[in-house]
Amino acid sequence: MKIKKNIAISQSGFAFDPNSGDSFSLNPIATEIVNLLKDDKDEQFITSHILEKYEIDEFTFQRNFDDFVQMLKHYQFVE
Amino acid sequence: MKLKYERPVINKINAGMPDKYGMKVQTKAITEIDGLKISNLIEKFGSPAYVLSQQTIENTFTEVKRAFTNRYPKVQFAWSYKTNYLDAVCRVFHSLGSWAEVVSGFEYRKALNNGVEGKHIIFNGPDKSKGDLILAIEKGSLIHIDHFDELYMIMELTEVLSQRPKVAIRVNMDTGIYPQWDRFGFNYENGEAWNALNRIMLSGKMELVGLHTHIGTYILTPNAYAVAAAKLTDLAVNINRKYNHKIKYIDMGGGFATKNTLKGAYLSGADTCPSFDTYADAITSAIVNSEISPEDLPTLILETGRALIDDAGYLIGTVLANKRLADGRRSTIIDIGVNMLFTSFWYEHEIYPAKETSVHTEDTTIYGPLCMNIDVVRAAIQFPLLQKGDQVVIKRIGAYNMTQWMQFITLRPNIVLIDTKGETHIIRTAETNDTFLQHEKIPDYLIKN
Repeated sequence: MKIKKNIAISQSGFAFDPNSGDSFSLNPIATEIVNLLKDDKDEQFITSHILEKYEIDEFTFQRNFDDFVQMLKHYQFVE
Repeated sequence: MKLKYERPVINKINAGMPDKYGMKVQTKAITEIDGLKISNLIEKFGSPAYVLSQQTIENTFTEVKRAFTNRYPKVQFAWSYKTNYLDAVCRVFHSLGSWAEVVSGFEYRKALNNGVEGKHIIFNGPDKSKGDLILAIEKGSLIHIDHFDELYMIMELTEVLSQRPKVAIRVNMDTGIYPQWDRFGFNYENGEAWNALNRIMLSGKMELVGLHTHIGTYILTPNAYAVAAAKLTDLAVNINRKYNHKIKYIDMGGGFATKNTLKGAYLSGADTCPSFDTYADAITSAIVNSEISPEDLPTLILETGRALIDDAGYLIGTVLANKRLADGRRSTIIDIGVNMLFTSFWYEHEIYPAKETSVHTEDTTIYGPLCMNIDVVRAAIQFPLLQKGDQVVIKRIGAYNMTQWMQFITLRPNIVLIDTKGETHIIRTAETNDTFLQHEKIPDYLIKN
């Protein structure tokens, strides 16, 4: 899964899509995930990275990750 | 040490603000009620559960009593049973000095069972059976007549009963607000109320002790009460003038608003709800400024229900699941449905997480657990990012939900009272399947051997 190259995202979680002109806000973990996706990291890498860094179990994160990816697709962040 | 996790979320930013006061930045958490942790209450009493704070009941009662007794010499409160007729709740109000205000034979007998003297029970409502009326007359209760059929039934009963019924009439009227409630009692403007009063006085068979009105519910305009009180005092003055008879009380009913926000309201209920002082000022000014002489001022009775108990009630529950709706909106399912939160049909109830959350929220629809499309607790709310199993608190639900609830699809849960010392008491136990088996009968031909 690849994030569109022209999507701009700031450190504070503000994202801008120049194609649609829409702006978005992301929480810190969402920002981290989008940046990892932009760096071409796959789901497995992202999962182990988050599990290592945060207090969360794999099943809960998996549910949340799937839901988040669905929203990235909904907002046309994905190529 | 690992960092605190929050599920990832992306929100589209929409231009413009929802109202001129802007958006609130963070949803506060309610982590405890009267010093008791929500998580401990759920562990002990299950999820969901109703929780009532006796301290809040007493604080609210003190506040409203002070507002009226500071302005008027004779004030009496009567607890509106239909608002919450759990015996423990009624007994808290009776211990604070409230009489009972009931609207059915069922409620009347509940009041007797709670130790209320017959003479301190006000019997309202359109449905009083012959048996109910005989009991109320024999106990010396205050019968508020709703319609002529009831008036004539009481007249008939006086032929066979030795006691003289103590009666008042309920008066409906135009107080300048919409909707005008005219289905209960006798109308003031068309002369029906005056006609009923004349029939009572001329019969000589009943003792006219009071005048009653209940102008509506969730009244945001205190002046409407001033108009109503003025009209009742006019009736009282005219009765005295014509029959040299002084009525003993004026009963202004209930209907004070609470800080809950009505659906469709522009501003929150917290900003628009009038204070008890404002209501008290409107009502008492109208009575003291009337032609009634100071030595004959009637007792002012108030049947305030909602405003006395709403703040004391909480529903505590748990997130069952998170889903996405077809348009991408978040939907959260909690174990509290409209079956136990009847007031969600007209209020935008405040829902809080039971633990601190970050500033991030999502536009969320909160559903109850019922397999029924109408089970929507909040259609649209900016809600924190809760996970399955997280706990929630719905605030200000003490009025009507524990009487108007429905046994539908699921069983009704425990109701817990926190006393003024912080001790918990189950005041209604959670229903089980056996609760219902006790009332159901299966015809023999449907019983398999």
